Amino acid sequence: MPQQFRLILKNVDAAGFTNDIDCYMRNGGYETLKKALAIAPKDLPDGKKMSPQEQLRDDVKLSGLRGRGGAGFSCGLKWSFVDRRSGKPIYLICNADESEPGTFKDRQIIHKDPHQLIEGMIISCFANDVKLAYIYIRGEFPEGARILNRALNEARAKNFLGKNILGSGQDIEIHVHRGAGAYICGEETGLIESLEGKRPYPRIKPPYFPAILGLWMCPTIVNNVETLCHVKHIVQMGAAEYAKLGTPNNTGTRIVSLSGHVKKPGYYEIEVGKVTLGELINHPDFGGGLLDGRKLKAIIPGGSSSKVLKAGEKFKLKKKGPDGKDIEQETDVLDLPYDFDSLMAAGTMSGSSAVIVIDDSADVVEVLANISEFYAHESCGQCTPCREGSLWMSKTLHRLTHGGGRKGDADYLVKIADNIPGGRTICAFGEACSWPVQSFVGKFKEDFVARGAADEAKRGGIDASHSKAVAPVSAT
Amino acid sequence: MSFTVPAKLEAEIDELITHYPADKKRSASLMLLHALQEHFGWLSKDAIEWTATKLGLQPINVFELVTFYPMFRQQPAGKYVIKVCRTLSCALGGSGKLHEHFCTKLGLDAHAHGLQTSKDGKFSVEFVECLASCGTAPVMMCNEEFYEGVSHAKADEILGKCG
Repeated sequence: MPQQFRLILKNVDAAGFTNDIDCYMRNGGYETLKKALAIAPKDLPDGKKMSPQEQLRDDVKLSGLRGRGGAGFSCGLKWSFVDRRSGKPIYLICNADESEPGTFKDRQIIHKDPHQLIEGMIISCFANDVKLAYIYIRGEFPEGARILNRALNEARAKNFLGKNILGSGQDIEIHVHRGAGAYICGEETGLIESLEGKRPYPRIKPPYFPAILGLWMCPTIVNNVETLCHVKHIVQMGAAEYAKLGTPNNTGTRIVSLSGHVKKPGYYEIEVGKVTLGELINHPDFGGGLLDGRKLKAIIPGGSSSKVLKAGEKFKLKKKGPDGKDIEQETDVLDLPYDFDSLMAAGTMSGSSAVIVIDDSADVVEVLANISEFYAHESCGQCTPCREGSLWMSKTLHRLTHGGGRKGDADYLVKIADNIPGGRTICAFGEACSWPVQSFVGKFKEDFVARGAADEAKRGGIDASHSKAVAPVSAT
Repeated sequence: MSFTVPAKLEAEIDELITHYPADKKRSASLMLLHALQEHFGWLSKDAIEWTATKLGLQPINVFELVTFYPMFRQQPAGKYVIKVCRTLSCALGGSGKLHEHFCTKLGLDAHAHGLQTSKDGKFSVEFVECLASCGTAPVMMCNEEFYEGVSHAKADEILGKCG
């Protein structure tokens, strides 16, 4: 029986829960921070001592927490990369730039339970010896920025923030920094450039790994809103208890943003891997199925960058058999467990856990044209393959959807898409703009070819429009 | 006409600058530009130069932000700026028709690119990329107010509320 599991969203939409600090504290708020600050150094068998900070970082590593922003990278590992010997200050940035199309989970946390995020951030600051942190919130969330500012002021008034918080000797400050409408600021090095007051051109790695040369060339941790909330719960529950949630290597819970052609779009928190893609779409407790009379055509499983899945697609997934050996099992797209590893095995990704459902009333050519227009608009323009490629793909799809298509456009699109990613660009935007094109055209090629062929037939041949245009010139 | 920032706004701006280390004032650029645009409605050449002086930067350092970030405007817009989400989930939910509805009502061209302002200068309409509320498509903003599940009737209501 698939069901929701509300850990992060426990208070969100709960009757009587408001986003002020008093309500949060009545519901156990900031107790976990007090617990973290009270951790005593631990004696190790070799006579050394483990500091409270090291214990907290160890907990996050043991919990198996993977980043909820898109890449699904181990949070504990990310924290372990931080250069703690440079003597420079360490900074923490909360990535609240939520802008991957399809994603609307961080909005819920920021608007309805901001103190959960702030508590998670303060604990993460303490665990990483961070004195100054920022919440980089997208410019289109002015209300979210106001709510966070008010919440931060409330936390300051209670001495959860500021100098010598709760008498612990720790100084921790958090400020809100607003973006201004650029998707690329969700990329962590682009975000850092933006926070430095520059154009958000992503930095090349190496050498600019944020953990070593991040904000103002200092070691920096960039974590997603939801990830930082999980830190609070890991400390509250203990790493071992937390790791029992979800499935091995895919621990904890995740908030899935479900949109598109389902009866009940919305945000649903699940134990990672305990609910399938099909259940998310069709189960009455989740999406409630497609609109009446419609048939499933495609699913975008992890934000618009992720490769599309086609209805009826089958995948060979490795599973542990009863004897403990790996066996391959044929799995329908709808039976894919919604987690990091299964979707990766299916050739796509869970990304920012944004599922967009597309039924047979939509035209996949129009859908891809919409997605590609987004990427053409949002490419920062720094790397030629991405700047030019994303635009050409969008222009080609524009002509395909406006009567100027060609039969060969399908192959042409894939040719462009194949030449953008794979180390030709500084950041992963190159991949992000290519994957939808490669997968949509790859899996629905007949739709793209038919559209181009129909346009050609209407014009009476591929070059008809061109020759008409040049005819007067050649006649003279 | 000389460009003057009211004392109250300048005090707010001075406070914003303290959010960053004293030798990293440049980081405050975006926050200053937001504050100025909210007050003046757009960012003039004078506003850009004022920001640069305030932060000890060259005007180009600020100008290149205004030209890059989509939210910043170099010309005045209507009193009410309507931003309709164009991206996939909203498109599947009818945002194309919603945008057209606004344009038709306000005598604007639904197929023109970029921000357009009605003749009386009261409304501007533009398509923007994903506003991150895909589950309640189609969504839009009217100045800083956010609206979700916007039917054409609701759109008319929103226009009606704008005094």
